[in-house]
Amino acid sequence: MEAVAIVGAAMTRIERERKADGYADLVYEATRAALDDAGMSIDQIDNVVTVSNDFFDGRTISSMAIMDACGSYDKNVTTVEGDGTFGAFFGLMRVLSGSYGTTLVCAHHKGSESQMPLITNAMFDPIYARMLGIEAITSSALQARAYMTKYGISEEQCALVSVKNHGNAFKNPVAQLPLELTVEKVMSSPYIADPIKLLDCCPISDGASAIILATEERAKKITDKPVWAKGVAHCSTAYHLGDHELHDVSALEEAAKKAYSMAGIKDPAKEIDLVELYDAFTYMEPLWLEGLGFCEQGGGGKLTESGKTAAAGELPVNVSGGCLSGNPVLAAGLNRMIECALQIRGDAGEHQVDGVKTALAHGINGPCGQSHCVWVLGGEK
Amino acid sequence: MEDWRKDQEVLVMEGRIKVPYRWFAGEVGTRYLESLRDKGVFLGTRCPGCEKVYHIPRRHCPECFEECSQWVELGSSGTLESYTIVRRQHPQLSPLPVPYGYGIIRLEGADTGFLHLLGEFDDKELKVGDSVEAVFSDKREGNILDVKFFRPVKGVE
Ligand SMILES: [Zn+2]
Repeated sequence: MEAVAIVGAAMTRIERERKADGYADLVYEATRAALDDAGMSIDQIDNVVTVSNDFFDGRTISSMAIMDACGSYDKNVTTVEGDGTFGAFFGLMRVLSGSYGTTLVCAHHKGSESQMPLITNAMFDPIYARMLGIEAITSSALQARAYMTKYGISEEQCALVSVKNHGNAFKNPVAQLPLELTVEKVMSSPYIADPIKLLDCCPISDGASAIILATEERAKKITDKPVWAKGVAHCSTAYHLGDHELHDVSALEEAAKKAYSMAGIKDPAKEIDLVELYDAFTYMEPLWLEGLGFCEQGGGGKLTESGKTAAAGELPVNVSGGCLSGNPVLAAGLNRMIECALQIRGDAGEHQVDGVKTALAHGINGPCGQSHCVWVLGGEK
Repeated sequence: MEDWRKDQEVLVMEGRIKVPYRWFAGEVGTRYLESLRDKGVFLGTRCPGCEKVYHIPRRHCPECFEECSQWVELGSSGTLESYTIVRRQHPQLSPLPVPYGYGIIRLEGADTGFLHLLGEFDDKELKVGDSVEAVFSDKREGNILDVKFFRPVKGVE
């Protein structure tokens, strides 16, 4: 693959309810900040990819309402309906097409304005599943149970993820929900859908984010700290719950394998310095770490217990606080990439980890991680 | 604009999008749901390539990418592959009073699991691998709720 770099990246503060800002205001804030981060003006952006979901926005063709805010007037602009990591993938392809020297990718979400269970219920099949009332939390609970039963992962091991990630959020000024927790506190929080308890769940959030991708030639003119896309892949699997076993994350394994092969990574545990993954629920962190090849199948609980995934550990995971500390859906995956980029640049401030050369960002789409997108980013081309 | 809004509550427009839809069950879905409604029999479809029996029935095998031409009658009981007990649910979504369950159930004769409700269980006893059976609704209308829920089969370990 020809070299493509992230040359600008920014996200808004993640908050429970940003009443003073509409969608477009959030998108403008993120876009403006990404341009400032890159030292660019909007006329240096050759094309735009927006990321949104009409159900969340309560508006059909939701992207149309933010065309002004993302600076897309007189530009080729298109939309990805899915997580921001997938939007960024499309943005990368547009740069690789040779038609554009730079692509702006922006994503927005306001969970505060609608009712999350009703919207996530609508992702399920109207003939066979929707009238059963299933939605994101209950479907994830089915996956958590399948995974935890298969490999003997304990609720306490999952609780450790909540303690760690909410704790990490104290050092991230844009995180929504830093919390001082203990395993006992998480364990005594009420069950929403067993085995998922309140403190196993991400919060409802508002936020937006943006990145700017550029060809090598353009990137070198824009910044002296480009963050290179070393490898990226996404992979999808069954829609109907039950079509494959829910602890089976072969779509993630496949995406990781392809991304590692592009990036020339043979042993991810040795060669990747930091991970930002999509932890909408605590069980997802150990499960996705297994799928990403950082430990054997079923080893995610022990890996978490070992302390290796702590901010000061050998493999820091979600040093930002992760989705558990703020989950503006869709923007959340782009936030994982932005966190990796800031860490590689050495610009992560108080939560900077020393010596991050190569980092992995991960996003998901669909119920129980139907699709996964894996990015390997690095400071060296 | 910060000074202006210091002492102001931001206005909020309440709204609701009401759009009627007509989701067609199609030929496969209709045959399946009619069989549940009229005979209380679950049907699956078999892929001629990999011989996998899909339940819920599928017109195409996603793996072989061939038409699943053969219909198969399945049992009305099966194995619980996963479950959750719902303690809190949005009132508009809850098909049963909480607590109720969701299960991934693999019916006898099927090679895939499917999602349905769980009822009449002891939440301390329920576990993955349990045998469960369908309880049909008294009034069947040709939709997936013609099966009221699945419950553990008594006396079976
Ligand atoms: Zn087949």
